[in-house]
Amino acid sequence: MSVLAAIGEILVLIGTFFYFLSALGLIRMPDVYNRMQTSTKSATLGSLGVIVGTGIWAVGKGHSLAWIVQTIAVAGFLLLTNPISAHALIRAAYKRGIPLWHGSVVDKYAEHLAGKTEANKTSEEETPEAEGVSA
Amino acid sequence: MEEASPASKFAYTFIVLFVVWLFFTASLDPQELAMGAIMSLVVAALTYDVFTKAGLRNLHPKRVAYAIAYIPYFLWAMIMANLDVAYRVLHPARPIRPGIVKCKTVLNSDTGKLALANSITLTPGTITLDVDGDEYFIHWIWVPDEVLRAKEESEHVEHASEAITKPFEKFLRVIFE
Repeated sequence: MSVLAAIGEILVLIGTFFYFLSALGLIRMPDVYNRMQTSTKSATLGSLGVIVGTGIWAVGKGHSLAWIVQTIAVAGFLLLTNPISAHALIRAAYKRGIPLWHGSVVDKYAEHLAGKTEANKTSEEETPEAEGVSA
Repeated sequence: MEEASPASKFAYTFIVLFVVWLFFTASLDPQELAMGAIMSLVVAALTYDVFTKAGLRNLHPKRVAYAIAYIPYFLWAMIMANLDVAYRVLHPARPIRPGIVKCKTVLNSDTGKLALANSITLTPGTITLDVDGDEYFIHWIWVPDEVLRAKEESEHVEHASEAITKPFEKFLRVIFE
């Protein structure tokens, strides 16, 4: 049983290491987009490690088997929802007009949005004309 | 892919809810099971219409097998992503060359697109910024040379899709289409 406890302890240690990397990434990265990159990934795997590690450790210490089942359920929900919140945050940041880092090399999304507003404009301009023709 | 019948959607929603209940209670006591079944029936009756479009077809054995095979593949990609993050954060020179690139996907279903977007967010160096139709806009922390040097739009999209969406599509196409 102590083998399980040892595995759990190692998993928690790995998880906290990734938490640390996530916090360090927040400090070191230059803009909001790169910060989201580092913090999302490391925080997700760090949480998985800590949560599942806790479950395994508890089973190794003689608690009921429900610990590991429930921690895996929580880890699964975390894995499904964390990237969505990251996506919502980064998209909101872009829509709010927060600029990319000056070292960024390519921005296809700006081109896409510009193309879209242009298409909207032309369609708006065309509608009255078309009405005029039909009248 | 046409929509499944209400009965099939209801059955699928009930099965998913009941499995989640089993995980949360982690007990096989008949009382717990009965209560879980009743609550799952109530919630499934209220929500089956928004929960799924394909219904019981999602439980086709081939799809389930691919979904199970996808889990270790995805976890491996996630671990690689975190080693990648560790390298970029701990390296003194901070080797990043970020940019927003455009990808195309072959997936049609909304659930498949959601799964692909989530997978992209958790894999090395990429995070999904927006999805519009079959186009993905992805913030990449290290845009590789062949994508950067691509003169034509189509070439750019092709190289980017090759690196980002292709590895997952071969699984997700079977699971969700």
